[in-house]
Order: sequence, then structure tokens, then C-alpha cells
Amino acid sequence: MLKINELKASVEEASILKGLNLTINSGEVHAIMGPNGSGKSTLASVLAGREEYKIEGGSVDFYGEDILEMDATERARAGLFLAFQYPVEIPGVSNINFMRAAVNGKREHEGLDPIKGKDFLEMVKEKSKLVELDGRLRNRSVNEGFSGGEKKRNEIFQMAMLEPKFAILDETDSGLDIDALRIVSEGVNAMRSPERSFLVITHYQRLLDYIVPDFVHVLVDGRIVRSGDKELALELEERGYDWIKEDITA
Amino acid sequence: MAYEGKDKVIEEVTGKSYEFGFTSEIESDKAPAGLSEKIIRLISAKKDEPEWMLQWRLNAFAVWQTMDEPNWPHLQYEKPDYQAISYYAAPKQKKQLNSLEEVDPELRRTMDKLGISIEEQKRLSGVAVDFVLDSVSVATSFKDKLAELGIIFCSMSEAVKEHPELVRKHLGTVVPTRDNFFSALNAAVFTDGSFCYIPKGVRCPMELSTYFRINESGTGQFERTLLVADEGSYVSYLEGCTAPQRDENQLHAAVVELVALDEAEIKYSTVQNWYPGDENGKGGIYNFVTKRGICHHRSKISWTQVETGSAVTWKYPSCILKGDNSVGEFYSVAVTNNAQQADTGTKMIHLGKNTHSTIISKGISAGNSHNSYRGLVQIMPSAANARNFSQCDSLLMTDTSGAHTFPYVEVKNPTAQVEHEATTSKIGEDQIFYCLQRGIDAEQAISLIVNGYAKEVLNQLPMEFAVEAQKLLSISLEGSVG
Ligand SMILES: Nc1ncnc2c1ncn2[C@@H]1O[C@H](COP(=O)(O)OP(=O)(O)O)[C@@H](O)[C@H]1O
Ligand SMILES: [Mg+2]
Repeated sequence: MLKINELKASVEEASILKGLNLTINSGEVHAIMGPNGSGKSTLASVLAGREEYKIEGGSVDFYGEDILEMDATERARAGLFLAFQYPVEIPGVSNINFMRAAVNGKREHEGLDPIKGKDFLEMVKEKSKLVELDGRLRNRSVNEGFSGGEKKRNEIFQMAMLEPKFAILDETDSGLDIDALRIVSEGVNAMRSPERSFLVITHYQRLLDYIVPDFVHVLVDGRIVRSGDKELALELEERGYDWIKEDITA
Repeated sequence: MAYEGKDKVIEEVTGKSYEFGFTSEIESDKAPAGLSEKIIRLISAKKDEPEWMLQWRLNAFAVWQTMDEPNWPHLQYEKPDYQAISYYAAPKQKKQLNSLEEVDPELRRTMDKLGISIEEQKRLSGVAVDFVLDSVSVATSFKDKLAELGIIFCSMSEAVKEHPELVRKHLGTVVPTRDNFFSALNAAVFTDGSFCYIPKGVRCPMELSTYFRINESGTGQFERTLLVADEGSYVSYLEGCTAPQRDENQLHAAVVELVALDEAEIKYSTVQNWYPGDENGKGGIYNFVTKRGICHHRSKISWTQVETGSAVTWKYPSCILKGDNSVGEFYSVAVTNNAQQADTGTKMIHLGKNTHSTIISKGISAGNSHNSYRGLVQIMPSAANARNFSQCDSLLMTDTSGAHTFPYVEVKNPTAQVEHEATTSKIGEDQIFYCLQRGIDAEQAISLIVNGYAKEVLNQLPMEFAVEAQKLLSISLEGSVG
């Protein structure tokens, strides 16, 4: 279970998250929607442990541990995964070597020996099927020269490899055509399980037709201002965010 | 022939009394400090050299006296007092240690990280090794095999005596004595180094490495290497090692000359990891090296270097592309950390028609260090259709480190094509965070990113060497991001 309580965070002196509360139980899928600049990616970065973001208050409990006390590597190894809105390129580092380092990092945390080459390749093969990741992409440098859609698929492939307890998908749908959207969503759905939860950040209700959330929240100006079920997403699609903003100020 | 006697091989392997053949005459094992004609005569006499060699040295000394130490590199260091150095010391046995326990723990930690085997750690740190039959047989079969093919691979001292015709023909033809201050000094006082000759049409079946010349691997302060690849031959040569090397001599001024005759190919790989000194650079080695190769018709010389050590590095492995259709390549990774300074690069001199050169330089600066690339691409009027491609990238690990690029291009033939690309970037926070988020720790993240950055160069190294060099890069940059 992830429990965020009155979380406040700032970046470069600007306060972005202003007292955010959210509880996600194992097995649940939560969607966060909200206007540009409302702090969705900031929330993702703060949870993942990016150091530029300063915690000004509040707490985050992750399966009984205070993750704000952990560094980014420890959080990842504890089972937190972030599919980035803008995955970076790492020239000269093959995707497969990169994943091997990641998988072995997690295994080390679990007290296991590094994975055997054969087992690793087997795993790569199986997991790339999930998102139909082209074999060639596995040997190319991490995200280098990947199309927007390929980068997003690669994120989901990595998620499948690492089998996190909790995954944040930050606008994984942006830049995907309809086929890619379907493939990526099916990959995510295949990974849904009672032990795993998701936080899906999106602008569009479209994604939520594929990945059906248990809850939908609206983030405005660093706070969750409304929560509901997937009907809320449809309403937002129809009416935009302004009516909610007006509601708040009223 | 150099390596025929079995006894001799065993003697070399066990390192008991192989002392370059002048043990008995030596009274004191160290010459008084200073450089004079008298000292040069002493060096030559101790080494039992022929008259021509003595004359060559004396001439070099006369030339050196008329020269000044260069001031143009982007380096700041206290100029050595050349009269305070002793130019001759009998090759000493390294102080023998009884077990690895006696080795500096810091050094051991590094060797462990590099994945150097226990046996090899002992050898490198001067621990007495039991008589290991296995290593004798390896060395023996290695030497037998080379001898069978007519390949000569021996110390320079030995070559001067055993192969004077080859040495006289080539020594100083690629790096003339008066080339620069340090090459003149080296010519006057060099004490030893390697000599290698590959006969016509022979493809050397293994990487030649100073490693195999076991007892001689403790290199000198003024090393002299000459490598001649006769027509149509091929050789890959490895110099240096990844283990940190210490030396009580602060100044190193080596000269390496490569001769690639028609259609020959020489691949020369270096890993340089001399002691860089403490965080302030104190006590580190000054490494002033002149390396150059000459390419005849359709031949190829490829320099690959991984430079991580030394307090000050001054080094420009170069190619003179004399023959038509010849090819020169330079691949370099230079890492500087703390107070280290490096001014390194290459010169590609195009004389022949259709000559091609490639320069890939990757500088990595950490701490407060300064890393300069200095390169010259010179297309002479005779070099019709010459081509050069240069790429010089700099990666900064901190805000207090510096990267500088000095690419000089001189084109005197209008048909030439010269392309230059340069980039400078700071190691990406985004890249590091991406790795961390996948559960990779910070140290490994930097290692992955830096090795990825240097990959084009590391790929040029022979396999086993490349693996060690990768680890070396990571170790050199430990805790360096800021
Ligand atoms: N690294 C940063 N430096 C400065 N400002 C930032 C940084 N990251 C985010 N911000 C600011 O924080 C606010 C929220 O951004 P973000 O979390 O990316 O919003 P969203 O993902 O909801 O579009 C924006 O005003 C953005 O400009
Ligand atoms: Mg965003």
C-alpha cells in the first residue's frame, strides 16, 4: 500500500505540491488527470526520489516504510517504478546491458546472485513479447534514435522486466498512435494483479478506455481537488477542467 | 635469435639474474645526478653498446643542449631540474615482498576491482611467485611460436647488439632526435624499451604485449620503442597495463616509433595508468611522450589509447601518411580527475594521394582537472583526395573541471575533404536519474554512462584489454560527479 499524506514539495523555490493526499491499495489502478503544469510529473518525480525536488512537508508510506528517507535506487529496488514522460537516451549503453544492470540491482537487494545469461535472455524474450518490442531495439543504445512510440514501449518493457509492486505511468499514452496505445495498454493490463498497483497519469480519457481505473483523481495546482470513478474521466473529457477550477474557487 | 635457450626463458620467468648482461662490471648502481657527455659515455659503456650507438647518443645530447622545453601546451607544472636527475641506474630487482599481505591495501583494492587474478596481482606488485610451471610453458610456447615465424620481439638493448642493421636502419627515422626537447633527451639517455620486427607477409598470431617480456616490464624512465612491420605484415601491440603503476621517477619521456612498410598494418594500443599524485597532484608522474608512425604505400597505423594516469600528460601519437592510399587512425579516451592535467591529441600528416585519417577523441574531466585535445590535420600539396574525419567530444563531470579543444587544420590541396565535429557536454542529471530509477546505484550509473560515451574507442581495443579498460574508467571516476 502507498499512502501519501499532506505532501508538500517545491522546486527551485517554487512550491508545486501543496498538501497532497492519496492512498493506493495493492491491486488498484488510480488515474490522475489535470491541466498542464498542475504538478503531475512533479508528483511522479517526488515519489521516485529525484533530488532537485525538495520535500517541504508530509509523508509517504510505502508498504510500511517511509520512502522519503530512501534514495532513488533504494526506492526502485523496493519495487517502485516510473515510466517516464520523456525517457532519456543513453548513448553507447545497450538496452540489454542496461536492463541487466537493473535486474541485478534488484536481485542484489533481494539477496540473490546475479542472473545467469541464459535466464536473462529468456526473460528478455518473454517480456518483449508483451509489448511487441522489436528485437533490434534490445541491442540498440538505450532509447537512442527510438521513435516516441518505441520509447514508451521500451518503458513498459522495462517495467515488465522489473516486476514492480507499484508503477507510475507518466503520460505513457502521449505520442502513441491507436495501435501502439492498444499494445501498450494490453501490456499493462497483463501485468495487473492483486499484488501490484498503478498510478496512471494522463491527459486523455482515451487511455482509460483501455486501462480501466478503479479511481480517477483530478490534480489542480498541487492538490487533488476531486476524486471519483471512471465516470469522472468522461466528465472531464466533455467539460474540461474549468468547471472544477470554478468549483474550487467558489 | 633472441629466445632460443630454454634456460634463458626460465631465467627470465623466475627473474633471478637476468640483468641485461652487465652485472659484474658495475661498481655503484647509480650514476651521479646530472647530464653530461661523461654520463652518456657511462650509460653506453655500462650497456656495452657499439660505437655507433654511442655516437648517436652524443649527437642527441648536443642537439638537446640547444633546445628549450616547450611552453605551448595547456599545462602548468614545475619544470624538472634536468641536472638533478640521475640518468643511469642499474636495473634493480623490485623489492620482493613475501605475500600479498604486504602490498598497499589501496593498490590491492583497485586490483581486485579490476578483476586482476591473484597470480597476476603478485607479479604486478612484486610478490615472490613460486616456480609456476604453467607460466613457463606459456612463455616458452609463445616465444617458440614467434621465433618460428621470424618475428623479433626483444628489449631495445638486446636489439642494438643482436640486430644492429635493423635498428640502425630505422631508429630515429620517424621521430628524429631534434623533433622536440623530450625526444632529444630520450635519444641521448634512453635506457631500454622494446624492439619488434615482423617479417614480410607475416601476420603476428597473437597480441604482442610487454607483458610477455616478463622481467623487463618494469619500464624505464626514458623508454625507447621501435616497431617495424615489413611489407604486407600485421601486428597488434599492447603497451601498459590497467593496474596503477608507481615509479620513484617523476619524469617520464618515452619515444615510440612505428614503421609500417608497404601494405603493412600496425595496431598499437595503450593503457596508461601512471600514478596521478594525491588530490593536489603532488607526487604524480609527468608523462611526456613522443609517439609517431610512418605509413608507406597502402599501409595502416591505428593508435588507440586509454589515458587515466599521470599528473601531467603531454602526448600526441601521430601518423605520417607518406605512401599513397595509406590510412591513419587515432582513438583516444583521456580521463582526468582531481588536479590531473592532460594535453593530448594527434597529428595526421597527409603526404600521399588518397590518404585517409580518422580521429576520435573522448575527453572526460572530473574534479578540478583540465583536459585538452590538441590535434593537427595537415594536408600537403601532394596529398590529392586526402580525407580526414575528426570527432572530439568532451564530457564534464563537475562544474570545476575544464575541457579545451585546439584543432588545427592546414589544407594545401584543394581536393581534400576535412570534416571536424566537436561537442562538450555535462554528464546528464537526467541520464543518472533514469539509471537510479531502474535500481542501478549511482556509481554504476556513472560507469555505464561514461563507458557508453567512450564505447567507440573501447571497441578498438582487444577484447580482454577492453574489459579491463572499462573497469579502469569507472575506478578513475569513483565519487567524481558533482
Ligand atoms: N525541474 C524544474 N525546475 C523548475 N520548475 C519546474 C521543474 N519541474 C517542474 N517545474 C514546474 O512545476 C510545475 C508543475 O510541473 P509538472 O509537474 O511537470 O506538471 P504536469 O506534469 O502536471 O504538466 C510547472 O509550473 C513547472 O514549470
Ligand atoms: Mg507532466
